[in-house]
Amino acid sequence: MAYFLQQLVNGLTLGSIYALIAIGYTMVYGIVGMINFAHGEIFMIGAFISLIFFVVLGALGITWLPLALLLVLLIAMALTAVYGWAVERIAYRPLRGSFRLAPLISAIGMSIFLQNYVLLVQGAHEKTLPPMITGGFDLMQSGGFVVSVSWLQLIIVGVTLLLMAVFTAVIRLTPLGRAQRATEQDMTMAALLGIDVDRTISLTFVIGAALAAVAGLMVTLQYGVIDFFIGFLAGIKAFTAAVLGGIGSLPGAMLGGLLIGLIEAFWSGYFPSEYKDVAVYAVLILVLMFRPTGLLGRPEVEKV
Amino acid sequence: MRWAPPLKDAGCAALVALTLAFPLIGFQTSDAGVGFTTRFAWVGVAAVVVFVGRLLLGFAPQRFRLHQRGVRSTAVSDGKFVKLAAAALIVFAVLLPVTPLASRRSIDLATLALIYVILGWGLNVVVGLAGLLDLGYVAFYAVGAYSFALAAQWYHLSFWEMLPLSGMTAAMAGILLGIPVLRLRGDYLAIVTLGFGEIVRIVLNNWTAVTGGPNGVGDIPRPTVFGMPIASGAPVGVTTFNQFVGIAYDPMQRLIWLYYVALAVALAINWYSLHIRRLPVGRAWEAMREDEIACRALGLNPTTIKLSAFATGAMTGGFAGVLFAARAGFVSPESFNFQESATVLSIVVLGGMGSQLGVALAAVILATLPEFGREFAQYRMLIFGAAMVAIMIWRPRGIFTVRAPSVRLDRP
Repeated sequence: MAYFLQQLVNGLTLGSIYALIAIGYTMVYGIVGMINFAHGEIFMIGAFISLIFFVVLGALGITWLPLALLLVLLIAMALTAVYGWAVERIAYRPLRGSFRLAPLISAIGMSIFLQNYVLLVQGAHEKTLPPMITGGFDLMQSGGFVVSVSWLQLIIVGVTLLLMAVFTAVIRLTPLGRAQRATEQDMTMAALLGIDVDRTISLTFVIGAALAAVAGLMVTLQYGVIDFFIGFLAGIKAFTAAVLGGIGSLPGAMLGGLLIGLIEAFWSGYFPSEYKDVAVYAVLILVLMFRPTGLLGRPEVEKV
Repeated sequence: MRWAPPLKDAGCAALVALTLAFPLIGFQTSDAGVGFTTRFAWVGVAAVVVFVGRLLLGFAPQRFRLHQRGVRSTAVSDGKFVKLAAAALIVFAVLLPVTPLASRRSIDLATLALIYVILGWGLNVVVGLAGLLDLGYVAFYAVGAYSFALAAQWYHLSFWEMLPLSGMTAAMAGILLGIPVLRLRGDYLAIVTLGFGEIVRIVLNNWTAVTGGPNGVGDIPRPTVFGMPIASGAPVGVTTFNQFVGIAYDPMQRLIWLYYVALAVALAINWYSLHIRRLPVGRAWEAMREDEIACRALGLNPTTIKLSAFATGAMTGGFAGVLFAARAGFVSPESFNFQESATVLSIVVLGGMGSQLGVALAAVILATLPEFGREFAQYRMLIFGAAMVAIMIWRPRGIFTVRAPSVRLDRP
């Protein structure tokens, strides 16, 4: 029971991170109808920028933790958002209206490019960051096994929930959210009614990248080890989360993220952990085969 | 006044480049401990390069600019040049071992290039003709290589027995994967095949009892010449090729023989691909790529058509896998990662989806590129990635654009 609970805690933490990345996939898919294959790399870049600025701020003498965290969070979100914007502007916007596979191939090219760019400018070795936020509390104890929850895990889940709430409010209540929903339903009609479609799509990528940067920061804090290759796996898992929850649906992305995190944590806890990635891929394949709309998605109508 | 807009545009681009380069190029974190060095000069260089590039693009003739939206007609060359180039390439490939260029290194490299050509042609059927984006193509390559390696290890089957069998095994794997997933839409299919490719790699890596895990499988036999091995000495009762024709053994002979085998396989696949395209099934592939709904309305069965393309591509990948295993004499899961799938995909994209000659040229360039120096090898994937984006934007039909359309309707 205690072991189960511990895996639950770990799974929820991991799931929060996946959920933040999954939002980027699901929003872009909802609006533009393409898989932003480079989104995992955006997350990786967010993690790198976070790590770099932790080190830089430390060197500048800003060591009061809440201030440093806040600054890194804001800087990482802003700079990663520029990456998200640039990727859309360079690799996707010129291809709107091109043949079907063009944006996807371009996205794969972008993903390869970004991965090797970071490899080239930051090196192939793993980067480590000493633990910043330590401590926690014991949730319960049974049979000599202690279920512990670290403050960091609480912060991760808390920040994720907060961002989700803010984000849902943005989509529901603001003019930007209205424009996004209109563009999602019918791009041409939205443009005719005076919505700047290009700007709306750009902002979608910017928001997605900023959320991915938060996920990157959290991974850097929680695991302390990053390298240029982390975006690939995290990207696929977050995409699986988006598909599982129903691609295009925001609550779906959150639900899917948490479920994937839990699946991974419980698989590592009870089955051979080398195969935990296989478990996630299997979920992806099974969901796409038997319920392509996911748990909360709407069925897609194929139009001529 | 004409100068103002491009200048402003280039200025904006440079500003963005500055922002992008600042964190990742400006600071280099050290690998050990917490420390960093700054490289702000390079940030400036990046911004200047982007400024100049964007400015040049702003003044470039209209046809080089972006935003050529909508359907464009396939550029068609008159075919004569293509035939000539293809013939020249084949003659060169056949004569390569007797030219002064021939050395152990160059023949080995040429064999590797041929393996990539075969992979490219195989994936070309799936992506270029049938329009199914397969991101896990390397799985079939792995199935081919491992089925040969394991059959040789456990049942002592030879190269020539396993070449067709491995092709069939890979085709079966393609069909088994294809049946459930081919109903999916284009981009979902891409992700599912990616997942499948990774599953194959993870299983190969961890199923130690059968596959040897990360250590791989070694001692893979070389192809024989009509049952006679090329070797300096032979066990009792076996005639070596060298004894049979009465020439002294030279390790070069093995390389050249494998090279010719790979060339023969490649030419056979090329012949097959060119001919199947004119058969109803090949026409159906291309029709399905252009408009699936119309095809269904005309009574074509999408599943069988896609499945046949998938199986054909998988079989070709299996052949390439056998050649790969025979060339290296050793297989391990490391050779079959996503990077490899991405490389083959970029070969197909760079060569022009659907073009046999273009894919072959792209494969040769990509396989030999790292040989031009280590710095080049370092930038290889970076360039591939950027080239894939650039080609999708400017020349979605590939750099070489020599693919003749199977059917052409001229506008009146």
